[in-house]
This record gives sequence, C-alpha cells and structure tokens, in this order.
Amino acid sequence: MEHFDFIEMKLPAKPEYVGVIRLSVSGIANRMGFTYEDIEDLKVAISEAMTNATTHAYDENEGGEVTVGFGLYRDRLEVMVADHGGSFNLSEVKQETGPYQQSEPIENLREGGFGLFLIDALMDKVEIKSDYGVIVLMTKNLPTNEVGIDDDQISTSQ
Amino acid sequence: MNINLSIDVATTDNQTTLTIKGEIDAYTAPLLKEKLLPATAKEAEKIVVDLKDVTYMDSTGLGVFISALKSTKEHGSTLTLVNLQERVHRLFKITSLDSIISIDTTTRGGE
Repeated sequence: MEHFDFIEMKLPAKPEYVGVIRLSVSGIANRMGFTYEDIEDLKVAISEAMTNATTHAYDENEGGEVTVGFGLYRDRLEVMVADHGGSFNLSEVKQETGPYQQSEPIENLREGGFGLFLIDALMDKVEIKSDYGVIVLMTKNLPTNEVGIDDDQISTSQ
Repeated sequence: MNINLSIDVATTDNQTTLTIKGEIDAYTAPLLKEKLLPATAKEAEKIVVDLKDVTYMDSTGLGVFISALKSTKEHGSTLTLVNLQERVHRLFKITSLDSIISIDTTTRGGE
C-alpha cells in the first residue's frame, strides 16, 4: 500500500479559523517542497472549502466543527475538508459557480459564487461528496523532476 | 505574517482612498465591506482601493468588490483597484472579473 503521513485538525466552524487553516496548509506544503505559486493556490482552495463549511454552519445557526485532513504522499497532497452539518444543497452551490460571462448583467452577479469555481481552477483534482454533510476532497500534485520515458528531448549519449 | 486586516480611509474632494493591509478572507471581508460600501453610496464619488499590502485574498474579497461595483452603478460613483500583487490580480483574471472591475495595472504591489 502506498505510504502516506496523515494530519487531522478539528476546528470550530467559524470564519476566524479560516486564516489558521491557511497557515497550516502553508506549513505542510512548504515542508513537502511545493513551489511558492502552488502553496498560494493551496491556501486559496483550502480557505474556500473552509469558508463554505463555516458559512453553512452559520446559516444553520449551529456551533459545528469542521474536520480537515491532510494526506501527505510522495507525489501529492490530498486535503479533505468535511463539514458534518445538516443539509446542504450541493446542486444549488454548483449552479452558482463559474467565471463571469461578458453577456451577464452586473446586477445578476452573485457575491458568493466563485468559491467552488476557484477550488476547481486551482487544484489538480476535486471531488465533492454530500452523503452526510459535505466533504470536499482535493489533490495538488507535486511538480515532478523526472524525465518521462517518452521524452526524447534530452540526449544522454556520451 | 499577519492574517488580520487593517484599513485606512482618506477622504478629499469627491475622492475616497482606502489603503488596505493584510489578508482578505471570510473573517476580515465584512470589515472591508463596512468601510468600502458607504463610500460607493456617495454620488459621483471616486473610490480608489490600494491593495499594495494585501498579501492574500479569496472569493470573499471578490464578493465585496462585486457588491461595491453594483453600488457604484446605482449611485453614479466609480471604483478603481490599484497596486495589486500578482497573486491577487490573478484571482480577478481567473474569474474574468477583471473585465468589469477597473484595475489599474500600471503599478504593482508587493515588490
């Protein structure tokens, strides 16, 4: 089985902890050797997922918790953000996501509509499960230095 | 690293300049909204938001600027963002919001 280290954090579902989780992912990704650019992408994506979870908890007026899990693999970082709250209308959230279209009147722009879109744009792989609460599972691959087998651009002849 | 937000507001004739420092996220965005929105509600007001020292922003910040933009259309004021760091500017580009929000790219922050 593929070896990985796992880190789990439980945080109150409150917006003041979004910055804390951002600092945590920054430290983890830095230790793994991610580039500055990738670390910034990770910070935004994880913050968006945490924000969704806290907004949801706030709407429901419950003092919930958000669980964040980090799977540190040799070639990638997997981050799971789980909100074990009550109902969450995923199809509604998905409808509200996407870049601004030129044809769209400004009045129709949704102020909170870009979170999921950004997660998708900034991570390599994103899965969302909503069977019990909402779980966002996202993956960022470490840049590889290995030359592919099919890559014949580098000559090794002596 | 400072994960909080501070905002200075300077007002002269028909111009309000907000100088923002820190990180804009779900926790700090309400403060930005509270300072920015009243300025946009003044007729013919020119609002300049200096983001030179904003080291982090996510969709909650984009949401505040969308609200502010809507308000400027209602009240006949204008909104311009200046001195964006490359990472912050990138979010406006990815979401195509740079096509409707006025961003001055002649100077860049964080350098």
